Amino acid sequence: MLSKGLKRKREEEREKEALAVDSWWLDPSLPAVAQAPPAVASSSLLDLSVLKLHHSLRQSEPDLRHLVLVVNTLRRIQASMAPEPTLPPVPSPPAAPCVADNLLASSDAALSASMASLLEDLSHIEGLSQAPQPLVDEGPPGRPTGGSPPNLGALDLLGPATGCLLDDELEGLFEDIDTSMYDSELWAPASEGLKPGPEDGPGKEEALELDEAELDYLLDVLVGTQALERPPGPGR
Amino acid sequence: MAGEGPARGGAGRGSRAGAARGPDAPGVSAGAGGGGCPAGGNDLQWCFSQVKGAIDEDVAEADIISTVEFNYSGDLLATGDKGGRVVIFQREQENKGRPHSRGEYNVYSTFQSHEPEFDYLKSLEIEEKINKIRWLPQQNAAHFLLSTNDKTIKLWKISERDKRAEGYNLKDEDGRLRDPFRITALRVPILKPMDLMVEASPRRIFANAHTYHINSISVNSDHETYLSADDLRINLWHLEITDRSFNIVDIKPVNMEELTEVITAAEFHPHQCNVFVYSSSKGTIRLCDMRSSALCDRHAKFFEEPEDPSSRSFFSEIISSISDVKFSHSGRYMMTRDYLSVKVWDLNMESRPVETHQVHEYLRSKLCSLYENDCIFDKFECCWSGSDSAIMTGSYNNFFRMFDRNTRRDVTLEASRENSKPRASLKPRKVCTGGKRKKDEISVDSLDFNKKILHTAWHPAENIIAVAATNNLYIFQDKLN
Repeated sequence: MLSKGLKRKREEEREKEALAVDSWWLDPSLPAVAQAPPAVASSSLLDLSVLKLHHSLRQSEPDLRHLVLVVNTLRRIQASMAPEPTLPPVPSPPAAPCVADNLLASSDAALSASMASLLEDLSHIEGLSQAPQPLVDEGPPGRPTGGSPPNLGALDLLGPATGCLLDDELEGLFEDIDTSMYDSELWAPASEGLKPGPEDGPGKEEALELDEAELDYLLDVLVGTQALERPPGPGR
Repeated sequence: MAGEGPARGGAGRGSRAGAARGPDAPGVSAGAGGGGCPAGGNDLQWCFSQVKGAIDEDVAEADIISTVEFNYSGDLLATGDKGGRVVIFQREQENKGRPHSRGEYNVYSTFQSHEPEFDYLKSLEIEEKINKIRWLPQQNAAHFLLSTNDKTIKLWKISERDKRAEGYNLKDEDGRLRDPFRITALRVPILKPMDLMVEASPRRIFANAHTYHINSISVNSDHETYLSADDLRINLWHLEITDRSFNIVDIKPVNMEELTEVITAAEFHPHQCNVFVYSSSKGTIRLCDMRSSALCDRHAKFFEEPEDPSSRSFFSEIISSISDVKFSHSGRYMMTRDYLSVKVWDLNMESRPVETHQVHEYLRSKLCSLYENDCIFDKFECCWSGSDSAIMTGSYNNFFRMFDRNTRRDVTLEASRENSKPRASLKPRKVCTGGKRKKDEISVDSLDFNKKILHTAWHPAENIIAVAATNNLYIFQDKLN
């Protein structure tokens, strides 16, 4: 079989350079990654593809078709080499402990970044049923729980039904986080939910007063008496 | 912007040596019969007719043929090459004195269509290689064709001149102006016959409309408009207007980092002037109707065959990439060529093709090597016979494949100098995939992957085919023709 003389030197520099130039195809959220091909690609196939990509990009005017096909193939190869994500989808609170387990197992560095965005996202969560999407690849389960407290803290914020017990002292870690938005009745225990806040009172009274005044007026109109002499009630 | 100055070349018709082509190999032996028994039934028996091009082993890059196309009548056969030249062959009239000369093709015109250009703004060279040639239907004595390179499409007029005027009043025979005061009598110029001269002149230049590389052009059935397609966009032109075109398809993502698919080919429907199709690198075909909206980003039909999970590999997408799409003459079907197969689609059925023909399935186990040497990216074309009963496409080792849709039979033939005896029948070839190699078979590992037949053309009415093998053009005819 005649080859076109492609040199397959394994130079780490070139590989790094190639990755730096165009690392967008490494984005794990792309659908191609989700469907992993059956076999795992050899590293030489990966090297070859990276070499082709680099060669293609180096052209003054790259052949777009060639480039796109090489990149898509490279994605498939990458997908077959990355470890399978073990996180199942988490639609309801009872499943939250599974989330906890997996979050426990993941790396610290990756999670600290995701935790920051997670806390932001929580402000948008409408109901307890929603769980945060996993943002990074998970490592194998069973890793030591060295970096776990922040994870559990976040789960606590999600709702009371997580089933995970927190040590009180760990809450001190969150002193710098402004949790005022989480102090609403949405997060409070069910027994406190019905206690009206200071704002509720005048509003209610006001509402009642308005109703009385309106009723009087209506009665007057119905009876036919001129209502102009009557001063308007408070709250109007 | 129309017109670029006088055309170059214009070879005399009698000349057998075109600018880029060597002398013809003799294709006729007077009196000699075909030899061998006539083919049975509807089987076509292909015979060598002619070969054009130099015989040298050392092939100049510029001489590599990049496109082949018969005109509407089949009397003219055009080729374009990597050097930007176009050579047109014309079929000789049947000669009663030589009954076996069934119409040979001889050089009619040669001209330089495109020159290498330099884009100073982007600091890159634009190749002069002719990507496609498409003929316009003939409307008068002259012939028109469109030829394109990566960026610019040109409309060429090829006209004959066989008379010239003699006896001008204001100038001499050699063109010198006569002194008007010396003229004492007026004369009427008379037309005298001259040796036939064929002139090619550029009538329109359609430029600056494509950011990416043009891969297809297609003349509409209205004979007034045509489309040009590059990797991401398709433009609609009017043949008379060169300074603007309409963009009808645009698949460029807002963020180029999201690019995953490109346009690979496009063609107008042969009868419905509002319908065209385009194929993609992901093995899909979209049929669009220009009546539905000005921008045809939304397709009317979407053709895709579901992937066979058992044959899935890392190269699945690359081999599914469609390299050519052609409507049948009837307009009912279309054919697509991907790396390993040719598929015929019924336009009324989007879910899967109605026929799939394997071109060189024995290469499936070699995909990794073919990826390594880039052969997996080769773009093969395909074509229909005039009656749509057969289809043809090229392969490696100068093999080409023909599939008879009625009898369901297929044959592998070879375009080679060794098999180029006058009117010799072509012997079917066979590739041995494993085990014992029979006599006359060739093993997969012995195939020459540098000898690729990417471009083929079939005469619109007769069983005459033109096959481009690197720098040579082979013409084969059916024995019974």
